[in-house]
Amino acid sequence: MYAQMVKTSGSGVKSRSEMGAQEQAFQARIDAGDKIEPRDWMPDEYRKTLIRQIGQHAHSEIVGQLPEGNWITRAPTLERKAILLAKVQDEAGHGLYLYCAAETLGVSRDELLTELHAGRMKYSSIFNYPTLNWADIGAVGWLVDGAAIVNQVALQRTSYGPYSRAMVRICKEESFHARQGFVIMMKMASGTPAQRAMAQDALDRLWYPSLMMFGPSDKDSVHSEQSMAWKIKVKSNDELRQKYVDQTIPQIEYLGLKCPDADIRWNGEKGGYDFSEPDWAEFYEVIKGNGPCNKERLGARVKAWDDGEWVRDGLMAHAQKKAAAKHAAAQEGSGNVE
Amino acid sequence: MGRNDALFQFLLRLGDNTLILSHRVSQWCGHGPVLEEDIALANTALDLIGQTQLWLGLAGEIEGNGRSADDLAYLRDAWDFRNLLLVERPNGDFGQTMMRQFLFDAWQVLMLERLMGSGDARVAAIAEKASKEAAYHLERSSGTVIGLGDGTEESHRRMQAALEDLWPYSGEMFVGDEVDEVLAQAGIAPDAGSLKEEWEQMVGNVLAEATLSVPGAAYVQKGGKSGVHTEHLGFVLAEMQFLQRAYPGASW
Repeated sequence: MYAQMVKTSGSGVKSRSEMGAQEQAFQARIDAGDKIEPRDWMPDEYRKTLIRQIGQHAHSEIVGQLPEGNWITRAPTLERKAILLAKVQDEAGHGLYLYCAAETLGVSRDELLTELHAGRMKYSSIFNYPTLNWADIGAVGWLVDGAAIVNQVALQRTSYGPYSRAMVRICKEESFHARQGFVIMMKMASGTPAQRAMAQDALDRLWYPSLMMFGPSDKDSVHSEQSMAWKIKVKSNDELRQKYVDQTIPQIEYLGLKCPDADIRWNGEKGGYDFSEPDWAEFYEVIKGNGPCNKERLGARVKAWDDGEWVRDGLMAHAQKKAAAKHAAAQEGSGNVE
Repeated sequence: MGRNDALFQFLLRLGDNTLILSHRVSQWCGHGPVLEEDIALANTALDLIGQTQLWLGLAGEIEGNGRSADDLAYLRDAWDFRNLLLVERPNGDFGQTMMRQFLFDAWQVLMLERLMGSGDARVAAIAEKASKEAAYHLERSSGTVIGLGDGTEESHRRMQAALEDLWPYSGEMFVGDEVDEVLAQAGIAPDAGSLKEEWEQMVGNVLAEATLSVPGAAYVQKGGKSGVHTEHLGFVLAEMQFLQRAYPGASW
């Protein structure tokens, strides 16, 4: 999940009697499964919550370029390099759609980036973990994009139209990413002893952080209830995490790797696996900025933005000169006609 | 020098140019000045890798020793690389990266245009495919050079500095040697010097629109085409070839 612990605006779920007529009509549309579109009336809190969630999701896509970009120059074959470049380019493209979706709510990309750079907006905790060996590139595609898909498939049914449509498009590309990640894992797991060791090492380090992507357990998830009433969120954190574990354990077995959670057991009664919770204390530290790569990741984005200022200013100044010249030429042209 | 030997060397030059430039451009991934540029830079790097696969693939075929494009990319040392010194120049700021790209793109467009008429059908086919990408790269790098050259005072100053820094490395594109002569005679590739005039005109027009002054005649820095590189290439290869060197024979 690329949006975690998104703070919901407002003071909890209102009952119908607490809502005004406009809000009641809005909630009725949500309950009927209608999509809310940019020009439709919406409660301020709904708008604010969506801006936070879509913004965090967009930031995750662009910060997410960094751990994978870390291996582009070291990709082991030309084909792997091409695939990885294409994938990272897709992630940047997802960032672009999502910033556009956020813009329909009245917030600009630059405003959202200012919030990110100042540390007031977050991105997914997963990207604060390092990619240390080549199998991590496989594992990021398989586990991280795999977890993102579980969440994003659910979000295709989210109530806000532009967000829902962005998810449909993004899910198609993410499925390709997850598959290419799994192909790398298959190569590594069936490769030399060193390659198998890399694959196991990647799984050991990324398993629990991938479980954290869904956010805290439902009982500790303070923002979920209202977001679910608004259908900004469609399924609970624990439901999605369970689905992810259930689909991933057979894949680990297929690869012949060992899940780092020794307590994984099939539970026939619930029809899913029992598994150990990740270390939530670590999760909250990562969210606070104390993960292994928080400083590098945000630092890299801030540096890119600051170093790029002269470029943005230069291109903008040029565009203005061109527009002014065009305007002057048009004026002169109309003068001649007279 | 036999025709096959010359063609092998020439294909290495083309493939090594795109490989090393792609490596440099890909280093920008996630660090561009604006999201659209991140996407465009990754796209350029991706196109260049695709071209590398084709050129080095054909080089291995011509050599006839069973070496694949990957073998050539990952298992040669610096003295066997045949790329222009220009493409191994460090990225510098975004202006230097785009100026380097522009000087190369202008040359590549002209070179591929000629190669589309090559007497070797395989060369002509790759050139045709790559030429569409190169034309787009040139359109974009020209636009950026113009925008930043004729932008603010600072962007102008930085672009002029980038141009002066890179200009001595542009001459190598037009210095021919025995490889070029053999292939020119065989009708496979153009004479290296024959592209110069058109390139100067093309580049001159863009630089004029960018309000940048073309540097005077500079001492030509060369050597890449015959395997004498700058200190930078060794580090590029150390990074790029790490996995293939550390785990020989593994399949990835």
